[in-house]
Amino acid sequence: MRSSKNLFTTLLIHLVLIIFSIIMIIPFAWMILTAFKTVTESTSVNPFVIFPSKWLPDAFITVWENMNFLLLYKNTLLLIFWRVVCACLTSTFAGYAFARLNFKGKNLMFALVLFQMMIPSQIFIIPQYLMVSAIKMTNTIFALVFPGLVSAFGTFLMKQAYMSLPKDLEEAARLDGCNILQTFLFVMAPLTRSTLAALAIFTALFAYKDLMWPLVINTSNKMMPLSAALATMQGQYSSNYPELMAASLIASLPMIILYLFFQKQFIQGIATSGGKL
Amino acid sequence: MMNKKNVAISGNHRRPGLTYWEKSQNLWGWLFIFPTMLGLVILNIWPMLQSFYQTFFRTGDFGRGNIYIGGQNYIQLLKDSEVWQALWNTLKLTLLQVPVSIAIALVLAVLLNRKMRGRAVYRAIFFLPMIAAPAAVAMVWKWLYNSQFGLLNHLFHTKIEWISNPAIAWISIAVIGIWSSIGYNMVLFLAGLQDIPKDYYEAGAIDGATGPAAFFRITLPLLSPMIFFVLVTSVISGLQVFDSIYMIMSKSNPALPKTQTIVYLFYQYSFVNGNKGYGSTIVILLLAVIMLITALQMKLQKKWVFYN
Repeated sequence: MRSSKNLFTTLLIHLVLIIFSIIMIIPFAWMILTAFKTVTESTSVNPFVIFPSKWLPDAFITVWENMNFLLLYKNTLLLIFWRVVCACLTSTFAGYAFARLNFKGKNLMFALVLFQMMIPSQIFIIPQYLMVSAIKMTNTIFALVFPGLVSAFGTFLMKQAYMSLPKDLEEAARLDGCNILQTFLFVMAPLTRSTLAALAIFTALFAYKDLMWPLVINTSNKMMPLSAALATMQGQYSSNYPELMAASLIASLPMIILYLFFQKQFIQGIATSGGKL
Repeated sequence: MMNKKNVAISGNHRRPGLTYWEKSQNLWGWLFIFPTMLGLVILNIWPMLQSFYQTFFRTGDFGRGNIYIGGQNYIQLLKDSEVWQALWNTLKLTLLQVPVSIAIALVLAVLLNRKMRGRAVYRAIFFLPMIAAPAAVAMVWKWLYNSQFGLLNHLFHTKIEWISNPAIAWISIAVIGIWSSIGYNMVLFLAGLQDIPKDYYEAGAIDGATGPAAFFRITLPLLSPMIFFVLVTSVISGLQVFDSIYMIMSKSNPALPKTQTIVYLFYQYSFVNGNKGYGSTIVILLLAVIMLITALQMKLQKKWVFYN
């Protein structure tokens, strides 16, 4: 009696989860199915075509030739790389100082960090845009990276990580004659690797997904990251859905492959960093 | 005077002379935070003041030819029915999107919070939308919603104009937001659920609290700090929706006025029409709304968030 009830519950749970899985997957599946169709097939209503009659790679070939994807990948990669390096490096130093050092003005400075986290980022965009154009740096990788050179959120996250470490470690390093820099670099920083990895994943994902800033700052096709290039191409191919879907797939694939390989790190990274936002 | 100071210090149990380590903390502390603080001042603090300053100007292209117009932007804003409609659209969107996404994510997290076959696979699938580029997500949804050739109308045997009917379009946009955020919220809830000690449930079971009773009496109260956190952050990001409107709602779409969000309007004024002064005024309104709603939630949390 009891076990049959348990079995029923388990099946019910799986049923709900499977239904939601299908809902989550349908848009991706439809992207793939459409990308392999011809335009005629994709806009056929009677009969409605779900699976392409022939799996044609034509749409992929066309968009690959028309859009310089290698360049777009490179721009995106550089954007992500520099944002991750800058945010992690500056945040880990600042986070340690806020967590473990006593200095004048610390509370005020930390209040500034917290305050900044609560402000919607759109408020910074116009002045940031004016600054970058004033130094004639629009349409560069630097321009893409610019708003992410430092991270208030990263500083907060790293501060939390350092606060959770035991105090004795520092005392021991200090008695061994380490100065503050040595204590930080050799004893404390290595212990926050997992939080730092979480911050890196979080930063990378949001740099990849950022749309408004790249649209505003880099209007040259050659200097766009994937997100902005996809948005721009939509205007040009407005109704050729196989090509739009093929381009979407080519743009999403590197991140999805990375995700499939490092799924655990991705999800854990978001859980650690997102949960402490 | 000197004596008093010394007394005060010793009263705080401080040693009279600062050691080398303590003295150097000031130096190292500032050195460590310097890059971050410099960046925050240049990238955030100064721009914020600058944005506020801009609201008193009518801006020419590229920020040149600023004309001081006093409070006119604010007066225009108060009378601008397009802005208030956009604000209402944004609030409606958030009000639909956030609770539905949180409820579904919560159910999925509770269902997944057990030893079961396929747990990792389900989790990976639900999280997948988070990985896709928003432009790609918006494009495929636009295609699914297509009233002539879209999959949705075919599956439901309907002829609904999902994104050009002014009464429906905002719901369609909310659905995309829900679909995109379920996995993210679920991952946060799962992390929160794992922090609930198992003995609470064992103790609850002895008192007869199993199944739904355990969910409402144990899970929900203990998870409430995490739910509150997700609520506050999702509301803030809901109020900033831009990508899906920008990608899906074309200028000729009759549903645009009833769907466009405040950030979309900000983008239009600032970077398409080139009126950065008015764009800044709109973003100040957004800031005020976000602060107000967040403060309200902070106040209301005392009524339902359980901290032990």
